[in-house]
Amino acid sequence: MEYLSARRRHPLAALVALLIALAATGGLYAALAPTQRAQANPAQSLAIDQGKRLYDVGCASCHGPSGQGSHNGPSLVGVGAAAVDFQMGTGRMPAQQPGAQVPKKRPVYPQPQIDQIAAYVASLGPGPAIPNPSQYTPGDMANGGQLFRTNCAQCHNFAGSGGALSEGKFAPELRGVSPKHIYEAMLTGPQNMPSFPDTTMPEPQKRDIIAYVTSATDPATFPSYGGLSLGWLGPVPEGLFGWIFGLGVLIAASIWIAARTAKARKK
Amino acid sequence: MSTTPSTSRPQRPKAGERLADWADGRLGVYTLAKANLRKIFPDHWSFMLGEICLYTFIIIVLTGVYLTLFFTPSLNEVVYHGSYKPMTGVRMSEAFKTTLDITFDVRAGLLMRQIHHWSAIVFVAAMFVHMMRILYTGAFRKPREVNWLFGFLLLFLGQFDGFMGYSLPDDLLSGTGIRFLEGAVLSVPIVGTYLTLFFFGGQFPGTAFIPRLFTIHILVIPGIMAGLVVAHLILVFYHKHTQFAGPGRSERNVVGMPLMPVYMAKAGGFFFLVFGALSLISAFAQVNPIWAYGPYRPDQVTTDAQPDWYMGFSEGLIRIMPGWEIHFLGHTLELGVFIPLVVFILVLVAIAVYPFIESWITGAKREHHLLDRPRNAPVRTALATAWLALYLVLLLGGGNDLFATHFNLSINAITWFVRIGFFVLPVVVFIVVKRWCLGLQRRDRDKVLHGRETGVIKRLPHGEFIEVHERLSQERLHELTAHDQLKPLELPPAVDEAGVERKVTFGEKLRARLSAAYYGEHSQVAKPTTKEFEESTHHH
Ligand code: HEC
Ligand code: HEC
Ligand code: HEM
Repeated sequence: MEYLSARRRHPLAALVALLIALAATGGLYAALAPTQRAQANPAQSLAIDQGKRLYDVGCASCHGPSGQGSHNGPSLVGVGAAAVDFQMGTGRMPAQQPGAQVPKKRPVYPQPQIDQIAAYVASLGPGPAIPNPSQYTPGDMANGGQLFRTNCAQCHNFAGSGGALSEGKFAPELRGVSPKHIYEAMLTGPQNMPSFPDTTMPEPQKRDIIAYVTSATDPATFPSYGGLSLGWLGPVPEGLFGWIFGLGVLIAASIWIAARTAKARKK
Repeated sequence: MSTTPSTSRPQRPKAGERLADWADGRLGVYTLAKANLRKIFPDHWSFMLGEICLYTFIIIVLTGVYLTLFFTPSLNEVVYHGSYKPMTGVRMSEAFKTTLDITFDVRAGLLMRQIHHWSAIVFVAAMFVHMMRILYTGAFRKPREVNWLFGFLLLFLGQFDGFMGYSLPDDLLSGTGIRFLEGAVLSVPIVGTYLTLFFFGGQFPGTAFIPRLFTIHILVIPGIMAGLVVAHLILVFYHKHTQFAGPGRSERNVVGMPLMPVYMAKAGGFFFLVFGALSLISAFAQVNPIWAYGPYRPDQVTTDAQPDWYMGFSEGLIRIMPGWEIHFLGHTLELGVFIPLVVFILVLVAIAVYPFIESWITGAKREHHLLDRPRNAPVRTALATAWLALYLVLLLGGGNDLFATHFNLSINAITWFVRIGFFVLPVVVFIVVKRWCLGLQRRDRDKVLHGRETGVIKRLPHGEFIEVHERLSQERLHELTAHDQLKPLELPPAVDEAGVERKVTFGEKLRARLSAAYYGEHSQVAKPTTKEFEESTHHH
């Protein structure tokens, strides 16, 4: 102690203190920052290595050899593991042909490989991590319905049946999407969808929305009162249905009835 | 207390007879019935369209009465704790809550709601087709112009009443629809703002609107409509029904079945058929699933928020209109909404006044009781179809988002198609349909002169092959040649009998030109004259 206090006024003391402070914050950052890169976990670095290898084969052509992006695809630095898990888990990535919007398809990679690529992309820069199941267990569906109609229905329709956006782009139907992918979609905001980070939409609200989307909008899990839903697409299919099966049938009946009498009269 | 029939007392008339006697003595039913029960109605499937309108109207009234027993038209806020779990604890208006209750808790409530709504959709559709049949066959001509107007009013009121019904449950679509209406009224120059303040009793949405709408939807408009329906039917009775030309059918008679018993039995049966079909549809298909839409909140909106089909063309007009605005001395003229509003009214007015325009052009004052086959009035048929094309392309515009997602198209491309189609399609359709009618007329002429092609090929002794043509029956010949062919109006002479020069007015000139367009040689194929026909028979 004496030794230290004696040198407290040494010209280099300030510099040493600064170095110590820097090292401490750096270490703290390394310990607390959300990226997996900082954790010098051997299993993790193996995953990153393997992810890198898969990435070089399947993704680098569009997203650049180190994820910096190219004219075929955007930069992946900082999109986070959640974005990769969503894009690959719903089959959107790797993208195939160019079009108005990269469509959903059958996933090309099995989940363990998705996790590896996600680990690699996460190592490129900090971004949202893949949520754990407790984050997306369904919450209160009544509140979820309110939140859904406020935040999502303008694109995805009141019952998640999907809707059109400009120039051939569209918000897809949400029935059958897994809770994890719904959560990740809100977190990362794929393509033309805005993102809903926890600052604007806290986790419990996301869970409420998931409860609403996975139960109340899905005729498979919730009874379809009053018959066929006609896709829950609003009055347009109702009008078509009414013309064809309502008036159409009645006109057919009129023609039939009128034809009957004509015959009777000839006798 | 003898009930044995062996007594010699004069027999008392049966109960039914006594009742009839009683009623006749007080209401004069017998004379009324005698005059009308044997009224003749001709048979043609298209004459049953009016009946479909009538029956769906009755069904709507019946189911509507049931719904009013449970519906509370109020915008007071309540918290839901009913049996539909996904809505537990949600704040909503009483109107929405009671509609949920009707749906989930009232016996047969959902079925009644669905019959009511499906019938409304079919009702307006039936009126639409009924109107088009009147238009295509020329049934609107003298003396039926007033009945045409009654009918048009029914269509107009029917559309608006449907729109109001759609707005009553105060679900997300209702509210969006009312908001749309508010926007449309606001766009009216000068008075728009005052009008909305008046309608809504203050700022949108307020609490006055739903109760007001309710009174109008269930009382005022249906009352007027019921009156109009009765007047409409009385006029049909009074004018007698029109018929297509045929042997024994003339401008002065009606050939068909008597009202009683044949027509009445058929009509009664048909009523149950209509009721049955609509109930079936309503049992198997949802319409307006308000529980999925949720209660209205001004900060919420959903895709696929369209009106019911009959307002779809106004939606189309709004969707294709660029958002033009004019700022003038601190005022904004919202052309992007106001022009569609004006065109909306014009589209409807165009069809309403058509009969009067045609009768002015024709200048004919005589009565018509025989219907036209559409091909024999090519210009009218082409105009009606052009109007229909305009209407349909606007409907397409109203559903542009759904057509985009379901046919993998770009919504912008559809919007541009509708914008261009709005101007171009009616013209193209007019030209095509007119030529088509003339083609059909030519074929009729051929058939009359040369008979029907039998498909039998015969070889003549000198080696030539000919197709055997079969003469048409006398009835068919009559049907194909019974129509009148009008001549274009001549301009009145520029110098009258007294030798005084008179000025030909602009109106007269216009009329002569239009008349030439309707009845000139490019607009009809002369039907065979007797001479031509006789020559053709000798020839064969
Ligand atoms: C054919 C080119 C192509 C290939 C191959 C491809 N991508 Fe993409 N990727 C794109 C394009 C283009 C976008 C941006 C368009 C979009 O957002 O849909 C994109 C977007 C992404 C996004 C979202 C970025 C963000 O900002 O949220 C992720 C994550 C992604 N790709 C990961 C991958 C991964 C992982 C692979 C390899 C399995 C891959 N991509 C393969 C073209 C490609
Ligand atoms: C501005 C319009 C818009 C809004 C608002 C919006 N989304 Fe999306 N959403 C989209 C689009 C566009 C896509 C398609 C993205 C893609 O294909 O990469 C999408 C995709 C999704 C997916 C993926 C579906 C699938 O099939 O994989 C989910 C889940 C989703 N959205 C949920 C939501 C939720 C929940 C909300 C409200 C919190 C919401 N979205 C709000 C436009 C929107
Ligand atoms: C509530 C709606 C309506 C009801 C209940 C109704 C009912 C009827 C019925 C039962 C007939 C006789 C049968 C037939 O020709 O089809 C008829 C005839 C007629 N309707 Fe309607 N109609 C309605 C709406 C309309 C509309 C919208 C129009 C046109 C704008 C119209 C114009 C006419 C005309 C001109 C006739 C006389 C037809 C003829 O004698 O050939 N009606 N209507």
